Amino acid sequence: MAFTLGFHIILASLGVALPAMMLIANYIGLRRDDAAALELAQRWSKAVAVTFAVGAVTGTVLSFEFGLLWPAFTGRFGEVFGVLFAIEGIFFFLEAIFIAIYIFGWKRLSPWTHFWTGVPVAITGLGGAFSVVAVNSWMNQPQGYSPTSGKVTSVEPLKVIFNPAVPYEVPHMILAAYLMTGFLVAGIYAVGLLRGRRDRIHRLGLLIPLTVASIATPIQFAVGDSAARAIAKHQPIKFAAMECVEQTHSDVTEYIYGRCTSSGVKGGIGIPGFDSFLVGWSTGTQVTGLDSVPADDRPPANTMLHWAFDTMVGICTALIGLGFWLGLGWWRKRDFPQTKWFLRATALSGVAAVVALECGWIVTEVGRQPWIVYKVMRTSDAVTHASGVWVTFGVILALYLLLGAALIVTLLAMSKRWRSGDEEDVDVPYGPEPGPPPDVATEGPA
Amino acid sequence: MNKADAVAVVLWIGLTMYAVFAGADFGAGVWSLLSASGDRGRRPRELIDWALGPVWEANHVWLIFAVVVLWTGFPSAFEAVFSTLFIPLSLAALGIVLRGAGFAFQHTARRARGQALAGRLFGLASLLTPFFMGTVVGAVAGGRVPVGNAAGDSVTSWLNPLSLVIGALFVATSAYLAAVFLVSDAHRAGAPDLERYFATRALVSAVVTGALAAVGLFALYRHARFVFDGLTGDGLPLVILSGLCGIGVLVLLHRRARRGARVLAAGAVTSVIWGWGVAQHPYLLPQTLKISAGAAPSATLTSILIVFGVAVVAVLPSLALLFTLAQRSFVEETSRPGPAGREA
Repeated sequence: MAFTLGFHIILASLGVALPAMMLIANYIGLRRDDAAALELAQRWSKAVAVTFAVGAVTGTVLSFEFGLLWPAFTGRFGEVFGVLFAIEGIFFFLEAIFIAIYIFGWKRLSPWTHFWTGVPVAITGLGGAFSVVAVNSWMNQPQGYSPTSGKVTSVEPLKVIFNPAVPYEVPHMILAAYLMTGFLVAGIYAVGLLRGRRDRIHRLGLLIPLTVASIATPIQFAVGDSAARAIAKHQPIKFAAMECVEQTHSDVTEYIYGRCTSSGVKGGIGIPGFDSFLVGWSTGTQVTGLDSVPADDRPPANTMLHWAFDTMVGICTALIGLGFWLGLGWWRKRDFPQTKWFLRATALSGVAAVVALECGWIVTEVGRQPWIVYKVMRTSDAVTHASGVWVTFGVILALYLLLGAALIVTLLAMSKRWRSGDEEDVDVPYGPEPGPPPDVATEGPA
Repeated sequence: MNKADAVAVVLWIGLTMYAVFAGADFGAGVWSLLSASGDRGRRPRELIDWALGPVWEANHVWLIFAVVVLWTGFPSAFEAVFSTLFIPLSLAALGIVLRGAGFAFQHTARRARGQALAGRLFGLASLLTPFFMGTVVGAVAGGRVPVGNAAGDSVTSWLNPLSLVIGALFVATSAYLAAVFLVSDAHRAGAPDLERYFATRALVSAVVTGALAAVGLFALYRHARFVFDGLTGDGLPLVILSGLCGIGVLVLLHRRARRGARVLAAGAVTSVIWGWGVAQHPYLLPQTLKISAGAAPSATLTSILIVFGVAVVAVLPSLALLFTLAQRSFVEETSRPGPAGREA
């Protein structure tokens, strides 16, 4: 499940944020009568189609896994968190419908009508992200049901939906989706520019997503910071594991990297008192340590968790720097910096953003262990009793690898065909006919 | 009707939608698999791609909807079904993955061999999912799924005559639905040769489906007496309605009348599914778990009904819009197969 989720999170993020990029390009194209922007919008809509299709498949498998792998968890708490998935179902449904209309409507619908059929896709993406992440938030901050042990007999859906972790987890994830998608797409076009393809499509293809991502990154930093503080308060053990705090004390040193051991952090860069300061704005703040709970109530793989957290924060900081670089260039020359190093950094940012996303996911999932529902149900109690389920799971895992490979190959093949101008052969899944839509090209903005 | 029954009705609506719409999609995959290889089978396959492209994802969402309603409204039934029947459900999921992948990459695989492979994957997947979903239904109807975490036998629960017959019945029904739908699509595409092609297949699959349904009734009589008694008792009007719809489709196809064939075919499938629901009532898992006993707390049931209400208000008009646009060919992808003779 960990693997399938780790895979799905990338596709889902693309599904949430890529339609927004596509609509921005579409809007610019129609407003300014810009053929290159329209071409971009159309290309991205094809990418949206493929990733959404694969995302829909992996999402279905995930819904099956709730039963195949964690029947006891869903059996006991399905009635508590399930409503969120039902809500998500509506958003997903609407998203699927409008994606189909948008993608298939390039040729026949009038340009602005067509644009507006795409808007629900971006909105439902946000709604879907809210519902799914709210479930994860609930697993971290369970509330709204009783009794707390044994069979649940009463549920307060609003308390479940708006649990205390929602205000930071949901925006954190949505911003992460925009950030990852923005840097990833910009990174792909940066590679193209580095290889000498300096046409308007590539320049816009870098500029639009990179601008979106650069705006999202500082906000993300602030949201992430408040999330960490909230975790220190609500889930102190998770926080202690993220920061390798062994004993409860004040004036805690903030370690950057290093190896977590029971007698403190070995190696790494230490900033005395800074961890306490981050938690409560004063070096005198007491931080709860791992030793406050028995060993089997602590998350495993402490060092990995700590590294994942530091890597995520480090990448986010570096990406803010990249955003500033872009802003500086724009302020001075109304264009992105024209140096090779800027393009290299952008190309790298795409990979870095994916790594940051996965790190964040490791932090929240591994950090919650050994609990599947924080302090209520252990992961080991949630798992299926069916023997042999791991065999089928292995098969699904192998399929996912194939699916991922096929997706990447497909997207690469698509971009190769676009580049070579071999437009006649472009026949992607449910994609529009190649070339700019004739009605848009001839009529311009309505 | 109490709230738990109302949620069970919502669940049944989801299952029906999935069976009818996705069933037709899977059935089309079966026809794609059975079509002649090479050029001869190309036109029917083109029609299938053209007809399914815009709608298959939305059709597919009904399954997620049904699964979510099941685990939210009746978590203990969900736990029992998914843990005991993990083998057929994994295989059904495998079919879904393969089918989605086959669909997504079918057109992208540029070389003819890649396309053929993707087409075969899609076809194979189209057999897996309905068949194993059918075995799951058979296991539930046969009372082989006890409440609890993997409390039933993981093999014999679904590997038994009743499950196998129902699995085969599901495949045949999907193919039948698809053939009837494709007759209309062929007409819309203006390809009379394909209309005849799929009309013949609809007739054949109707006969096969009818025969399997009879065998299925016999198997129910032997292995799931409770459901059999329900089908021949309270559910009898629905079973008769289904039979009448089925005969109506045959008559319409025979008379080359297209209007109404699709509705009647969908009606035949729908009434059987509801007949099964009526036959099982008041049980969720026949004779071990009643709907009322398996239901979630009241507030959860209320939320499901609210969400369903919102879905009816928000999703149905959008879905209607998509289907209308698709039927009027405002949204389409691959080139539609024209009248015969232009190619080949």
